[in-house]
Amino acid sequence: MIISIASGKGGTGKTTVATNLGISIDGGVQFLDCDVEEPDAHIFLKPRIKKTRVVSIPVPEIDESKCDFCGRCAEICAYNALAVLSDKVLIFPNLCHGCGGCSLLCPRKAIREVDKRIGLVEMDSGSKLQFVQGRLDIGEMMSPPLIRAVKESIDPTRTVIIDAPPGTSCPVIEAVKGSDFCLLVTEPTPFGLNDLVLAVEVLRKLTIPFGVVINRADIGDNKIESYCKENKIPILMKIPFDREIAFLYSQGIPIVQRKKEYAELFLTMFSLVKELSER
Amino acid sequence: MKICVTSQGDNLDSQVDPRFGRCDYFIFVDPDTLEFEAVQNPNTGAMGGAGVQSGQFVASKGVKMVITGNLGPNAFQALRSAEIEALTGASGSVKQAIEDYKAGRLQAGQGPSVNSKFGMQGKR
Repeated sequence: MIISIASGKGGTGKTTVATNLGISIDGGVQFLDCDVEEPDAHIFLKPRIKKTRVVSIPVPEIDESKCDFCGRCAEICAYNALAVLSDKVLIFPNLCHGCGGCSLLCPRKAIREVDKRIGLVEMDSGSKLQFVQGRLDIGEMMSPPLIRAVKESIDPTRTVIIDAPPGTSCPVIEAVKGSDFCLLVTEPTPFGLNDLVLAVEVLRKLTIPFGVVINRADIGDNKIESYCKENKIPILMKIPFDREIAFLYSQGIPIVQRKKEYAELFLTMFSLVKELSER
Repeated sequence: MKICVTSQGDNLDSQVDPRFGRCDYFIFVDPDTLEFEAVQNPNTGAMGGAGVQSGQFVASKGVKMVITGNLGPNAFQALRSAEIEALTGASGSVKQAIEDYKAGRLQAGQGPSVNSKFGMQGKR
């Protein structure tokens, strides 16, 4: 099964939940860090990267000897990555989503596609927990194609854990799409609630079953709990605001390595997830 | 010679729009006779690349000079490639901006004056 961990708000503890869950499940886990703009699960899982693959997207290249500057390419580009002037065509590769429409529809066949590197997929050869992560190149903006490339390595025979990026836009949707269950990690603050509500709307649209994990559960107010109750959203785990947890995090040490009782808690959540995803 | 001023309204008394790619109107005006044409910007709602499209749009109108508040990196590149001079830092009414231009009070930027997505934040 595929479990994704998302949040809406950043910094609520997605990676903490994802890595500790991955370690608690005893074997047969594949961990995908799809937060490709800032992958950080490796800090806790300490993989030895064995395989690296370059990921590119196709961007247009114009043969100006064939082009008659008709402007069709700029017209059909939904992302405005091309501008056609009276005697030249400008390409803005950072705006290009690599759909290939321009080259397909060019009446003069003056456009060919060339690969533009956007980042890397890296993986280790771990057997108990196999680690895969995407790393978007600095300055690149187009993370969804890289997230797709990370997800190409999904091994359906394993329990797949996907650490998603924060937010509710394209990268998140790309990361959680196809999951059997999604854990939404939040915190009891106004920001946490605001962004949780947005994330819930996304998951309802995608018809992915989900539940909530409240991190730093003993601070702030109880509005998250009343929201979940009103909307019949299961709260699957609460993690307290604990100095020791914060300390371990700052050292890159998974909680379950030092506080064994947490492995039990994560496993309990895992069985709840399995149950809920089968409903 | 016609120039283009980005505007929040459709006449010369309107305020200059500080955004280029997502300005409300382009006013194409002869700075000497003040004869003008106001054209609604088709790119205000673009998801991205509004500066690119607006650059292509004003280039297609054959102007050689644009007066606006700010220019992002893509618009800057599009206008430079089209050999259109861009003066930034304009404010007040469109009429005032034309006066400022004629008096040499507006500067051509050496680079973009704002980052990408500046215009997404709406009017200021």
